[in-house]
Amino acid sequence: MAFFLETLIGGLMAGMLYSLVALGFVLIYKASGVFNFAQGAMVLFAALAMARFSEWIPKWTGLDNLIVANLIAFAIAGVLMFVVAWLIERLVLRHLVNQEGATLLMATLGIAYFLEGLGQTLFGSDIYKIDIGMPKDPIFMLESVFPGGILVNKEDVIAAGIAAALVILLSVFFQKTTTGRALRAVADDHQAAQSIGIPLNRIWVIVWCVAGIVALVAGMIWGSKLGVQFSLTTIALRALPVVILGGLTSVPGAILGGLIIGVGEKLSEVYLGPYVGGGIEIWFAYVLALVFLLFRPQGLFGEKIIDRV
Amino acid sequence: MLYRENGQFKTTYRADQQIFPITQDRIAIGLILLMAFIGVPLMASDYLYASILIPLVIMSLAAIGVNILVGYCGQISLGSGAFMAVGAYGAYNFFVRIPGLPLIPAVILGGLCAMAFGILFGLPSLRVKGLYLAVATLAAQFFSDWMFLRIKWLTNDSASGSVSVSQLQVFGLPIQSPVAKYLFCLALLVVMALLAKNLVRGAIGREWMAIRDMDVAAAVIGIRPMYAKLSAFAVSSFIIGMAGALWAFVHLGSWEPAAFSVEISFRLLFMVIIGGLGSIMGGFFGAAFIVVLPIALNRFLPAFMGIFGIEISTAGVSHAELMIFGGLIVWFLIVEPHGLARLWSMGKQKLRLWPFPH
Repeated sequence: MAFFLETLIGGLMAGMLYSLVALGFVLIYKASGVFNFAQGAMVLFAALAMARFSEWIPKWTGLDNLIVANLIAFAIAGVLMFVVAWLIERLVLRHLVNQEGATLLMATLGIAYFLEGLGQTLFGSDIYKIDIGMPKDPIFMLESVFPGGILVNKEDVIAAGIAAALVILLSVFFQKTTTGRALRAVADDHQAAQSIGIPLNRIWVIVWCVAGIVALVAGMIWGSKLGVQFSLTTIALRALPVVILGGLTSVPGAILGGLIIGVGEKLSEVYLGPYVGGGIEIWFAYVLALVFLLFRPQGLFGEKIIDRV
Repeated sequence: MLYRENGQFKTTYRADQQIFPITQDRIAIGLILLMAFIGVPLMASDYLYASILIPLVIMSLAAIGVNILVGYCGQISLGSGAFMAVGAYGAYNFFVRIPGLPLIPAVILGGLCAMAFGILFGLPSLRVKGLYLAVATLAAQFFSDWMFLRIKWLTNDSASGSVSVSQLQVFGLPIQSPVAKYLFCLALLVVMALLAKNLVRGAIGREWMAIRDMDVAAAVIGIRPMYAKLSAFAVSSFIIGMAGALWAFVHLGSWEPAAFSVEISFRLLFMVIIGGLGSIMGGFFGAAFIVVLPIALNRFLPAFMGIFGIEISTAGVSHAELMIFGGLIVWFLIVEPHGLARLWSMGKQKLRLWPFPH
């Protein structure tokens, strides 16, 4: 029972991290109708920027304080993601307005390759460390109820907390500010939003920038867990089932989907894995999402596609 | 002036419905086939076969398969790598368990295995549409990655899923030399391309295109979506499976599950989109673009950078290749979203009017 709870809690934590990446997908899809396959590359690029700048800043300025160096690195990486967003909007999105979904998908794949190459050219291709002071030791909960207690990773708890804070921040941003309202208007109907004077181009830059910041936070957390290396791009592939399970256009869907996929992955690996040889995490997530899709073809909270003849 | 169909009257329905109704087209295709079958073996080097020609031929076949599913039937699929893998390992299983099996039946049996797999993983398309289907087909990709790594029976109990084949023969002729491999793949490609072209020109092809354009309206007029979509998955995965078997047997010789990773799925989709959706010829163009580009970049980039006096390391070259590849894809999609096939048909239109501008 204790082991089951451990696996469950571990799954929930991992799920929160997946939803962090999935949030980027959902944000961009909501506002610009583009399925951004470059999200993984953006996570890598942002994480590389942060890792390298947090290394270089103490060297350049002689600052010793780790926290300040990390904060400055975070800020610089954030600005870099804004520049990337602006360039993507200017050079790619503007010219591909009104194209089919498949074309836009391929364009974002092209951007993904480009960002991967650019990130590694600018920042190098070794494994880098991000040290934001996350505690690596575990804590043991509920020691009175279960002998030995349930092992919970402190790092995961803090990461889940950061993810939750980010989601709350984003919800407040979307609901209470004028820019957020404009973003929701664009997500609803591009043409109507344009007709009342909302500048689509600027909105797209903002959305891609916000998605870039989300990618930066995700990259920071995953990077401090796994180290910043090229395989960080595969995080996006693992977060895709979360996106389709929750619905491409729903932020709460991304959170709930992340929790479901996280728990499902961990439980299946622990309880089903030994019977079939192990290593079933990644395709089990996809099959789980697929099963949900059979009952709700647009994901749990996605917008129903209404086809008219 | 040269490319007009003036004076070419058709007197039978059969003549009217041929694939190449214009005589100039027929002459051009004849010349191209002559070049491909006779001219290239006379001129090409061994390196050219292994690095460009054979991959080009096999990937064109795979691109035709993917185009049938994505371009003609409108079901975006990211699981093509899995179909290739199933075709390759299926053919391997038959080849190894039936001693002395010739190559053509092995490849066809591999294709049939891929067809079964494709129909199974195409079932979600009956319920799920659009981008959701694209991501759902990734389930096929990752499942096949796992399947060939962990289920030992499928890889003849090999430790890491890596297998190899040798002694390929067709009708008693050994397929060992690069020329033989190239001609074999080319012959198969021509046959399958002809079959595919006739399929998409026929009733089933029209059903696929109706489903792609407006599936609700197609269902209303009596086209059964289940048969149309599943037959698209079946035909497409058969062709992709054959291409996978060829890729493994003829090009690689020995392979492991990682040879058919999600990268190949993305590459195939690139080929189809850049070549042109919904066009058999587009498969050839797209395959040529995607196969030749990395090699050209690898060859010419260091020399090109040398002109500016910039020394570039091998890691730097590979990163620059990624950047240029991604950049070119995006540029191409901006300039011609309908692909190279559209450029080709525009060129033919201009040629019809030449030397007049309009």
